[in-house]
Amino acid sequence: MNIDAIREQFPILHQQAHGHPLVYLDNAATTQKPQCVIDAVRHYYQADNANIHRGVHLLSERATAAYESARSNIAKLFNAASIREVIFTRGATEAINLVAASWGGTNLHAGDEILLSEMEHHSNIVPWQMIATRTGAVIKVLPMDDCGALCMEQLDDLLSERTKLVGIVQMSNALGTINPIAEIITKAHAVGALVLIDGAQAAGHLAVDLQLLDVDFYVTSAHKMYGPTGTGVLIAKATLLDAMPPYQGGGDMIRTVSFAQTQYNDLPHKFEAGTPNIAGVIGFGAAINWLQQLGFPAIAAQERELLTYATAKAEQFTGLRIIGNAPNKACVLSFVLAGVHPHDLGTILDSEGVAIRAGHHCAMPVMQHFKVPATARASFAVYNTIDEVDALFAALTKAQEMFA
Amino acid sequence: MFDLKSLYQQVIVDHNKSPRNFGKLEPCSHDAEGYNPLCGDQLHLYLNIDNDGIIQQVRFEGEGCAISTASASLMTQSLIGKSVDAFKQLFAQFHHMTTCDLDEEPDQATLGKLAALAGVREFPSRIKCATLCWHTAKAAIEGATRAKTE
Repeated sequence: MNIDAIREQFPILHQQAHGHPLVYLDNAATTQKPQCVIDAVRHYYQADNANIHRGVHLLSERATAAYESARSNIAKLFNAASIREVIFTRGATEAINLVAASWGGTNLHAGDEILLSEMEHHSNIVPWQMIATRTGAVIKVLPMDDCGALCMEQLDDLLSERTKLVGIVQMSNALGTINPIAEIITKAHAVGALVLIDGAQAAGHLAVDLQLLDVDFYVTSAHKMYGPTGTGVLIAKATLLDAMPPYQGGGDMIRTVSFAQTQYNDLPHKFEAGTPNIAGVIGFGAAINWLQQLGFPAIAAQERELLTYATAKAEQFTGLRIIGNAPNKACVLSFVLAGVHPHDLGTILDSEGVAIRAGHHCAMPVMQHFKVPATARASFAVYNTIDEVDALFAALTKAQEMFA
Repeated sequence: MFDLKSLYQQVIVDHNKSPRNFGKLEPCSHDAEGYNPLCGDQLHLYLNIDNDGIIQQVRFEGEGCAISTASASLMTQSLIGKSVDAFKQLFAQFHHMTTCDLDEEPDQATLGKLAALAGVREFPSRIKCATLCWHTAKAAIEGATRAKTE
């Protein structure tokens, strides 16, 4: 893979940060955007800006075509059964809230169980707590071990006929762990539970075949897949979506409205009330094209090389403790450094041009498990280089010296 | 200009490594928990204030970054022997120092060693780390049990 040619496509990477070349290692928070995505968003506003789905004029037709073409790109990338199953949202968070409120609000009853994992992002915990409070459902937790891998041997005991939904993160944003979702889905279905997979962290790094995996609800965000912020997707089985009530009411989600009665629109529009983030969706479509041209095998190979190299360096680094050593992980090096709090590390690394994340990564139960208040997290994308990993460790040495 | 050395002055590195007045104070007349939800910095502050309103003892415990730990350590030193009114004035001056323009020199005469924390002005995301202990002290003195930076 020609990394230089890839980096050329990301204008933001070619700048100085505090007098040093920018080393962007906060990709688990959001990835940077290639020129083609920036161009797609700009082109929409410069040439095609109009509201979609109802205009009879040229611009509206072009905007609608571009918006709907993104939907079909996404359906193809994830192998959804139909474009009717692809619902645009503000992001993975809104997609989970949609499922929790609409499906959960209808189907959960007192005593029903929702099984989540200990490594979930807050966005796959809090919406379920909210609906559990409303319905009397109970949340159960599949624990993880001290490597940061799920305790799969406990799954059978936690699943029962009371389990109505299993919500699992495909790749942990805090640890990098890749979870065995195929096995979880098979076992959940065996007891009659539905499965929601949070793909926010995974979808930009590995190929996902939703029909093969038989996923009921899949959510992800464009901005972690080289696309714009404020755009994401829920992909769900049409039979489920058809039976669910709308999440929000408004324009575009209706067929007819009168004060006596309103008829809802068909899928996917039933769940897309109001004018959506049209530019964001068009940019999302461009990002998907870009990912497909690069191909997930090549992306994964590059990211594996970076993580392997960084992990080997981390293991040699005095005073560094890696948080999360699951056998199957990708893209994320979470760690603590003796004597230097993660927030001080974040500031010191920034002064060397190295952007990382310090904090609880919206996964406070993960921090509680490892008994740390926060971690420092370097996370990789396809445009990162071995030299950048070296810059990270050089900056860590500097931080250590400063606090010695 | 981004100046890391102005943030991590030697006195801050030193107080972070060996915080003064660290640990529980039992018995105490006033105490409160402080929490910065952004960073997860957490501290518990204990005071003994006598009947004349003079702070006789201050201790703290908790976990946080170098800025929050050093700030708490320096604050405990500066509060011992001060009246509650003097605390309030000092907090106002400290708060001003952490948010004022960069070209304004800290009032060294009033602030003493606390002036070492003036560097946070250049780092907006770290100002709350420096002020957490002060908000917590205020909460303790005013009888609240919990302080937050936001």
